[in-house]
Amino acid sequence: MKKLVALACITATSVAALSGCGSSESSNGEVIVYNWGEYIDPDVLEMFEEETGIKVVYDEYETNETMYPKVEAGAAQYDLVCPSDYMIDKMIEKGLVQELNFDNIPNAKQYIGEQYYEQSKEFDPENKYSIPYCWGTVGILYNQTMVSEPITSWDVLWDAQYENNILMQDSVRDAFMVALKRNGNSMNSTDDAELNAAKDALIEQKPLVQAYVVDQVRDKMIGNEAAIGVIYSGEAIYTQRENSDLVYVIPEEGTNVWIDSWVMLKDAPNKENAEKFLDFLCRPEIALKNFEYITYSTPNTGAQELIEDEDIKNSPIAFPDLSQYNNIETFQYLGEEFDEKLNELWKQVKSN
Amino acid sequence: MTQKKQASERFTGFLKKFYVFLIFVFLYAPIVTLMVLSFNASKTRSKWGGFTLKWYFELFENEAILKAFSNTMIIAFLSALIATILGTAACIGIRNMKKRHQGIIMGVTNIPMLNAEIVTGISLMLLFISLGIKTGFLTVLLSHITFNIPYVILNVMPKLKQVNNSTYEAALDLGASPVYAFFKVVFPDILPGVFSGFLMAFTMSLDDFIITHFTKGAGLDTLSTKIYTEVKKGIKPEMYALSTLIFITVLILLILVNKMPDPKAKEKA
Repeated sequence: MKKLVALACITATSVAALSGCGSSESSNGEVIVYNWGEYIDPDVLEMFEEETGIKVVYDEYETNETMYPKVEAGAAQYDLVCPSDYMIDKMIEKGLVQELNFDNIPNAKQYIGEQYYEQSKEFDPENKYSIPYCWGTVGILYNQTMVSEPITSWDVLWDAQYENNILMQDSVRDAFMVALKRNGNSMNSTDDAELNAAKDALIEQKPLVQAYVVDQVRDKMIGNEAAIGVIYSGEAIYTQRENSDLVYVIPEEGTNVWIDSWVMLKDAPNKENAEKFLDFLCRPEIALKNFEYITYSTPNTGAQELIEDEDIKNSPIAFPDLSQYNNIETFQYLGEEFDEKLNELWKQVKSN
Repeated sequence: MTQKKQASERFTGFLKKFYVFLIFVFLYAPIVTLMVLSFNASKTRSKWGGFTLKWYFELFENEAILKAFSNTMIIAFLSALIATILGTAACIGIRNMKKRHQGIIMGVTNIPMLNAEIVTGISLMLLFISLGIKTGFLTVLLSHITFNIPYVILNVMPKLKQVNNSTYEAALDLGASPVYAFFKVVFPDILPGVFSGFLMAFTMSLDDFIITHFTKGAGLDTLSTKIYTEVKKGIKPEMYALSTLIFITVLILLILVNKMPDPKAKEKA
């Protein structure tokens, strides 16, 4: 009995102690940030806190889809979120985000390259809601010792000589993007005939595919376990560093340019602090620090100038000239009905 | 003839051992892989970059991971403890009910276990929002207690049913107060059930990702949510190092517990 009372006391005191330390607040308030996992250099957060005295409450998520219900329900009052293109489209449509006041975020207009704002118009038509943070392309990574000739087209993923040597992305829209682009259609197509053609193409391709993977592409390509894989450009540089036989190409039929951008939520409790935080992130030195930590391409032209490693600075993988392509696109949100239809088609592919 | 018999016996003996061996391979091969990778100097799993301890050093410098670890432990311990107390009390109450009510209550307590975790997670989140409770440490703790209680009841109930009620009544007749009688007569008998209920609740809480994800507030992470956020960029080898340390600690604890002389056995001797 005594023991139990003692235990209860310990419990009560520890709960009290813990809830006590949660309520400490610094003088200049706070900013609550919801970002992808491993998507910022932790030093940057500390530097911001030191400089401004604003406490950063930092939270992370792993996919757009797990972030969305939390933000929609308003479970935690976030100020800033960093979703991908199509998700921003959806959040604008659902009225979850507010217009940014660029006058208070001068660095955003000064340093973020014009071409990235241009590309953002696919999901944020007037550039009112979002500031690009990271971006990249999707392409083919191949092992030049395992293929007979340089690869230039998505068609190679349907080439029977690479049977069991092909890695496809295991996500609905990425997989359909490949098939739609190969057929010469838009990856934001909602046309039934085009989508069915893409589905048939994916079914036709299935016997050749070694595996449908997400982030295992990296390890498998480095380990020479496959000859050809569909991969994000941000991963490509890292894999090349580990295995110099790997080559990354953007296929001639065009591809997906993805952009992860900062948006401010409609009822952000700390609007001013959030603006300061965004302005801080857009400083070239800070953007450079984040680029070095994340390794995904930065849209910050000031930071691009500051990169010391010439190979990276001029890398066509990290910083391809977007104006050179006329068939690159960015994902749009096409509505719930379309999502369901696409999921249904993908299920048919996977179960075939 | 005997030779043949011996040979076949040896063969079945081999088969038995091989079967056990196979089971252990399936159980432990993933853990061994992870432990080996925690010493790999290269970040990718497909290349051996040489032996290193650097991930272990980096682990102890990574405040985010250590904070997540301490959160996990505190939440697991507190939620298991509170759920054990509440669950055991519930068992006593349920046992003193009428048979028909017992069945209904047991059915109701089983529902959360059968319910998909994501449903529990989202409904708890919505409940907290509608009550105006700010999500954070407290909401995660409450949720963990909630889903832990059925597991405690599941473990304690059978033990409690084995207890002969007349010993308890005898204690009362001899002048013990109900509380005193419970702790002196009933509790020692159900202790193994209570203990296994606590352990099960502890591990359930340790493992949980989905419910924690939906009920945690900004800036609070447990190990499972922390690891999951790393999926996009690839899991850091520091996590392998941490998992290795946890595994070894648990292993040592288990060996110690099993090696320790049983105090009861000593008393009898």
